[in-house]
Amino acid sequence: MENEAGALSRVAGLFSARGYNIESLTVAPTEDATLSRMTIVTRGSDEVIEQITKQLNKLIDIVRVVDLSDGQHIERELMLVKVRAEGEWREEMKRMSDIFRGRIIDVTDKTYTIEMTGAGHKLDAFLEALDKGAILETVRTGASGIGRGDRILKS
Amino acid sequence: MELTGAEITVRCLAEEGVEYVFGYPGGAVLNIYDEIYKQDKFKHVLVRHEQAAVHAADGYARATGRTGVALVTSGPGATNAVTGIATAYMDSIPMVVISGQVPTPAIGMDAFQEVDTVGITRPCVKHNFLVKDIRDLASTIKKAFFIASTGRPGPVLVDIPKDVTQFKTDFEYPKNISLRSYNPVTKGHTGQIKRAVQMLLNAKRPMIYAGGGVILSDAAKQLTELARLLGFPCTNTLMGLGGFPASDPLSVGMLGMHGTYEANMAVQHSDVLVAIGARFDDRVIGSPEHFYQEERQIIHIDIDPSSISKRVRVDVPIVGNVPDVLTEMIKLIKTSKEKPDQTALKTWLTQIELWRSRDCLKYDRTSDIIKPQFVLEKLHEVTGGDAFVTSDVGQHQMWAAQFYKFDKPRRWINSGGLGTMGFGLPAAMGVQLAHPDAMVACVTGEGSIQMNIQELATCKQFNIPLKIILLNNRYLGMVRQWQEFFYGERYAESYMDTLPDFVKLAEAYGHAGRRIDNPAEVEDALKWAFSAEMKNTLVFLDFRTDQTENVYPMIPGGKGLSEMILV
Repeated sequence: MENEAGALSRVAGLFSARGYNIESLTVAPTEDATLSRMTIVTRGSDEVIEQITKQLNKLIDIVRVVDLSDGQHIERELMLVKVRAEGEWREEMKRMSDIFRGRIIDVTDKTYTIEMTGAGHKLDAFLEALDKGAILETVRTGASGIGRGDRILKS
Repeated sequence: MELTGAEITVRCLAEEGVEYVFGYPGGAVLNIYDEIYKQDKFKHVLVRHEQAAVHAADGYARATGRTGVALVTSGPGATNAVTGIATAYMDSIPMVVISGQVPTPAIGMDAFQEVDTVGITRPCVKHNFLVKDIRDLASTIKKAFFIASTGRPGPVLVDIPKDVTQFKTDFEYPKNISLRSYNPVTKGHTGQIKRAVQMLLNAKRPMIYAGGGVILSDAAKQLTELARLLGFPCTNTLMGLGGFPASDPLSVGMLGMHGTYEANMAVQHSDVLVAIGARFDDRVIGSPEHFYQEERQIIHIDIDPSSISKRVRVDVPIVGNVPDVLTEMIKLIKTSKEKPDQTALKTWLTQIELWRSRDCLKYDRTSDIIKPQFVLEKLHEVTGGDAFVTSDVGQHQMWAAQFYKFDKPRRWINSGGLGTMGFGLPAAMGVQLAHPDAMVACVTGEGSIQMNIQELATCKQFNIPLKIILLNNRYLGMVRQWQEFFYGERYAESYMDTLPDFVKLAEAYGHAGRRIDNPAEVEDALKWAFSAEMKNTLVFLDFRTDQTENVYPMIPGGKGLSEMILV
């Protein structure tokens, strides 16, 4: 989409005005400073997804819309989790982070902050695996997606 | 040469060939108004409320096909314009609205008359812009006109902060504009058009269902040729009236909630339905589940891909400019040498005539109270069917649609999508200014007319001699009808207890008026209003009509096309 003021609110407004749900939405400028790329995760029947695609295409600021789930694609999300790291938990948290290929990026006497990337379901699985009482704070970026192989999105 | 933003704005409008700007001045647009004062390329029409400015620009656009232009100030100027903008958006009317904004350093400071105009209007415009840099001003206005008038048309708003109208920059109006993210399709897919033609040629019970897209794209000629070439019956939506001549024997009138029995039955029982510039909305086909009870194949031609398969599944979608697609279809049919099954078509048309003989629009012609339908039949007669008719919203709108038989496109001007009461009078001003010598009638109700009655002053100032046909039943008639049918005759707040003397009111504004209480006086009053003597005078006719008359047929909300309440 055009990297214009208001473009994000046009997309967000479209979803709320037409009653579509947004599970996550990420957006940032690309290597071409005049363009931004947005990844939206949404759910709906084939008809609803078709309408969402058409309605997005109608927005003047939108350059191109693809449904990544139409083909092979890669999806990644970044999560930062602050966990308790006292007593017996200190070793346990380190081990869990290693198993899920997380990285501990900040340490205090009482806490670890773990950085983890992956598909959304992997991050979900990590949170599931932790003792609920151990999780102090979570922040997630929402998914960014890209086609697998030679498939690219160009205007 | 360096020009100020205000000069640039005015120059851009002149470059676009704008004839009329409808507007209302205020602090944020004073620089622009100062430049309007100094120029003579276009005329400015001072309305009495910003909503009316937008409706007038809308009426102008609908009657001409050109882009309407409105100019309003920041804050309340812009919020007052919103209803007009939403009206134009729902009916896909090409329009550019220029709004003033507080100076850029004041944006976000809760400044006097500040409102987030771009934010407020975002869901009801095709696109909008806030011009923060004067160097973008000319190209933005160019883009606004381009976007408003191409593809599926719609309103575009340009919000200009006051300091931007003061700054100076070199002016050059771009000749052309291209937007990488906006390339509306025009040519239909050849393969799909061939499939559609074959489907039409194989049809046994065909129906053409033509909407507002036919009017907007100036495709009435092509539609009429196609229907006559195939001998297929045609129904028009509320927005599509005049797209196919109502007087043609193949016309079955309007379809939908208050459509004719024959139109609704024929659509429901057709085996091939071709929708042209129409969108299967809830007021047209009612419940999709009921619509699906009969099997049929659907061809859908529309410029907007998102209109296709939105409410109803379609077998042959054709995205393209309607007149171009129809021209290609006509060419294919002519060269194919094939003809639809004439026996089947004859049986089908006979069935339609049987439905027509139900005479679903009949009403009591012997009544000694004025029947609203009678007024409209007489209006058609007195104007020779050649008037531009605007309407407000409610029963009078439906009766006008049913009883004024439109043979030409762009003659019927009403708020179909948004259903905006108060639309009729200002829209009629735009129509009359566009066609100064034409007969223009605003058919209205006593509820609707009071929503923008102040525009009688504008009509006086700018010598707009339109004729107001008020069907005055002292009720919010359509609300009353629903209350009678669906709310146990509890008429909650639908009775207008104190009405002004409309004749005196019209006279107070400097116009002429007459109150008509008796059916025998109807024709005479209309003849007077449209007489040579009154050619240059606005005439306000207050017809006291039957208070309990209802609009028939009616499909109750959520019901299907063949579930009409009939008189």
